[in-house]
Amino acid sequence: MGDSQYSFSLTTFSPSGKLVQIEYALTAVGAGQTSLGIKASNGVVIATEKKLPSILVDENSVHKIQLITPNIGVAYSGMGPDSRVLVRKSRKQAQQYKRLYHEPIPLSQLVRETAAVMQEFTQSGGVRPFGVSLLVAGFDDNGPQLYQVDPSGSYFSWKASAIGKNVSNAKTFLEKRYTDDMELEDAIHTAILTLKEGFEGQISGKNIEIGIVDASRKFRVLTPAEVDDYLAEVE
Amino acid sequence: SIMSYNGGVVIAMKGKGCVAIAADRRLGVRGHTVAMDFQKIFEMGPHLYVGLPGLATDTITVAQRLKFRLNMYELRENRRITPKTFASVVANLLYERRFGPYFVEPVIAGIDTKTGEPYICNTDLIGCLNEPDDFVVSGTCVEQAFGMCEALWEPDLEPLDLFETISQALVNAFDRDAMSGWGAVVHVIEKDKVTVRTVKTRMD
Repeated sequence: MGDSQYSFSLTTFSPSGKLVQIEYALTAVGAGQTSLGIKASNGVVIATEKKLPSILVDENSVHKIQLITPNIGVAYSGMGPDSRVLVRKSRKQAQQYKRLYHEPIPLSQLVRETAAVMQEFTQSGGVRPFGVSLLVAGFDDNGPQLYQVDPSGSYFSWKASAIGKNVSNAKTFLEKRYTDDMELEDAIHTAILTLKEGFEGQISGKNIEIGIVDASRKFRVLTPAEVDDYLAEVE
Repeated sequence: SIMSYNGGVVIAMKGKGCVAIAADRRLGVRGHTVAMDFQKIFEMGPHLYVGLPGLATDTITVAQRLKFRLNMYELRENRRITPKTFASVVANLLYERRFGPYFVEPVIAGIDTKTGEPYICNTDLIGCLNEPDDFVVSGTCVEQAFGMCEALWEPDLEPLDLFETISQALVNAFDRDAMSGWGAVVHVIEKDKVTVRTVKTRMD
């Protein structure tokens, strides 16, 4: 990565021991639209705000939550184009795994490899860290799982988490509402309520996106109509 | 022919909740027998074995490289590999050398510890997988081995009967081949234990 003229890293330590570029990347994430995820006993739900810059934008063409494999999906907070690069790389890694082992990639392995890519960009020559945090949700042989991956390349498995704007409020809300035996339907309602807390304006199926994966191991993004139905239930 | 330079044969059979894998022990240089204790079957896991008949140098090298890949897998994924997945790893390793191959035609035998399901398969020297339900053979006397296995094998053999069957099939096959023989070793793999036996054979 980077040509010979840039064979030195642009991410270097500050005297206090921090990698400032990563701190700034996290700030970029913190300014991004809120995303959250909740792991239920029988599935995982991830949700994100989908605030478009103008009412003229065709919301059907914007897909913030994306599929990596049939049983793994990802939401992001931060810079959209950076997330697309990571989604593309993750999809390729998942396919390479499948070609080698003839088995779908376990979620923990996919997250590990994606995180390794993000870490590379904090140490390679001539590149900057990714300006996104990812929430990766999936269902594999180890059950439902939710992972968060940061620009530094660190990753954590969460029962429930939020990233982007308004995280502290969202996390406090989740902490209060989360129970270990929550089922997927409850988790979806809780996710919507959490998004609603910090939402500016009228929430609807057109300005949020929700992705779920249950025991059928098929990740799917809910249609705006389905989201509106859940919103009505929550009222 | 490169594949018959060192000589040797490996067969594997499926039984009831068990698998058996057996090989001869000869290492030759064309017609000259050089060793009677040459290992062709390697342990890749507590219930997973791979037999590598063919060119002896590749037998050793492929066994080492497979073990390397296996260890990396188990460290990364923090779990034991299943026989089916291992077969894919073997096929991948061989196909990587598609235009300058390893001269081995592996035989894989194991039990999936999660399901208790027995598994056997073999590949050609460039990684084409073959996964039958009964038996697999590979080496310099495949024709003889196929004949013996076809005649003696029946489904759902208990471990002790499977041992007798595979031993007779192997010994009588390599007794009709100048390049194989000089002793036999048989592994019988069950869900909870593995029994290794050396068979007394004609030493010629």
